[in-house]
Amino acid sequence: MHPAPSVIIFTVLSGLGFGLLTFLGFGLPAVTGWAAFFYFAIGFGLAVGGLVASTFHLGNPQRALKAFTQWQTSWLSREACLSTAALIVLGIYAFAAVFFGVTIAVLGWLGGLLSLATVIATAMIYAQLKTVPRWNHWLTPLHLLTLSLAGGAILAQQTAAALVLLLVAGAVQVLQWVLGDRRFAERGHTIETATGLGDRGKARLFEPPHTGSNYLLKEMVHVVGRKHAQKLRIIAFGAMIVVPLVLVALLPTNPFTAAIATLFYLVGAFASRWLFFAEAEHVVSLYYGRTATEAPYQPSHSR
Amino acid sequence: MTQLPETTDKKLGLVIDLDTCVGCHACVTACKGWNTENYGVPLSDEDAYGADPVGTFLNRIHSYEVEPKGGGCSQTVHFPKSCLHCDDAPCVTVCPTGASYKRSEDGIVLVNEDACIGCGLCAWACPYGARELDAAAGVMKKCTLCVDRIYNDNLPEEDRVPACVRTCPAGARHFGDFADPNSNVSKLVAERGGIDLMPEQGTKPVNKYLPPRPKDQMQDMDVLSPLLEPVCEEPKGFLAWLDKKLEAL
Repeated sequence: MHPAPSVIIFTVLSGLGFGLLTFLGFGLPAVTGWAAFFYFAIGFGLAVGGLVASTFHLGNPQRALKAFTQWQTSWLSREACLSTAALIVLGIYAFAAVFFGVTIAVLGWLGGLLSLATVIATAMIYAQLKTVPRWNHWLTPLHLLTLSLAGGAILAQQTAAALVLLLVAGAVQVLQWVLGDRRFAERGHTIETATGLGDRGKARLFEPPHTGSNYLLKEMVHVVGRKHAQKLRIIAFGAMIVVPLVLVALLPTNPFTAAIATLFYLVGAFASRWLFFAEAEHVVSLYYGRTATEAPYQPSHSR
Repeated sequence: MTQLPETTDKKLGLVIDLDTCVGCHACVTACKGWNTENYGVPLSDEDAYGADPVGTFLNRIHSYEVEPKGGGCSQTVHFPKSCLHCDDAPCVTVCPTGASYKRSEDGIVLVNEDACIGCGLCAWACPYGARELDAAAGVMKKCTLCVDRIYNDNLPEEDRVPACVRTCPAGARHFGDFADPNSNVSKLVAERGGIDLMPEQGTKPVNKYLPPRPKDQMQDMDVLSPLLEPVCEEPKGFLAWLDKKLEAL
């Protein structure tokens, strides 16, 4: 799949933001006044910044309000509704905490749960797609949820929670890579099932339908950069899991530690999310000649 | 509304005959022409006369080579691919705005372009690559089964079929109602063993594909052979008299 920068920025930043907001909603740490102001400013900044970035890849963003209507069937619509609800509920909670020094626990819990649900809804947009076997698995929501909460725990300076969540997120990330690499083959989608020519014999692409590129190839048959995949996985795992784990475990708990650990986490998370898209194979690539050993058709670039 | 209808009164769709398709791309051109001039925004092209032309198409013809399992001649199969108007269309349910929908009256899957935000999720959800986001308009384009032809009383009756079907010079494309077991398309599918593409995706496509026949084994008698037999061995009547006279000269 095409690793669009807007979607990578959106999922990483809003994931981290809603992770932090989850902790803040549950009163970890229980803050009021200026402290609450800074915590919530970071949480809202990340969550809203991410959501705004997500509109950059839309063809017609001026109609984005319509995306609130189809929550009964669409995970994308559910994400829109849940994220807005989380921001409103926690906005009221934060307003009371910042300006009146009052914590309305019920609102906090509700906002925390809505933030969790938002991250799950984002993940389900990908996990629901049978057409992308690597994503179509319960590991996808677990992966995005544990990463989001681990980042949130670092920012919220919850040392014990951060250590546990980073370990879990690391384990899930490794599983997601190892099992994800096999899933396309396990699902049994081949050029023969795609074309229905399997009972005749072995099929191969003789001629692509067009000499240039098209939307499908650009969007779903993305093949660049896979040769660096292993290196990027090591960078992602090191920066996102190992370094923050060491920093949080060894340095004293303070905002400086949290900031440094979060920066490393973000670098790793961006690499991990880039791979999440770039390594995901869409079944439509079968029509363009993808096999277990051969890459699908790609047009040669401008002459 | 992105909830799929439980059932549809009709199931309009196409049968594509892989045995007779010659890969001429006439259906691609007819489709692009009709759907650029009629329903919805035009199917745009970018850099149309430059080095890297790209454009939106609702129908694409792949060509495959099939190597038979038990040896023998390999076969070239031209493979037109467009929206299959699936009964369980995953592109419809993922749509956040309700722009994608499946009509309960005839099963056609359509996009309401005024409600489409161009997020592209429906194209991701389609296993067949049947949807393309138009780069100029930023809305999703897909086969409409020429909904503005098939019910159009202003057109002569023979033109009230999708443009691709009307134009196909090989008769490889057939349009009809799959809900009616006696329709032309239902009969073709029954006779020729029509198949679904990627059935393991669970999309229940309406469109069916007729598998190509092996061309290196003659199973049926050639349809033209009765016409090649001599019609009359011995002339009779006037021709017999003429024949005799001419012989005598």
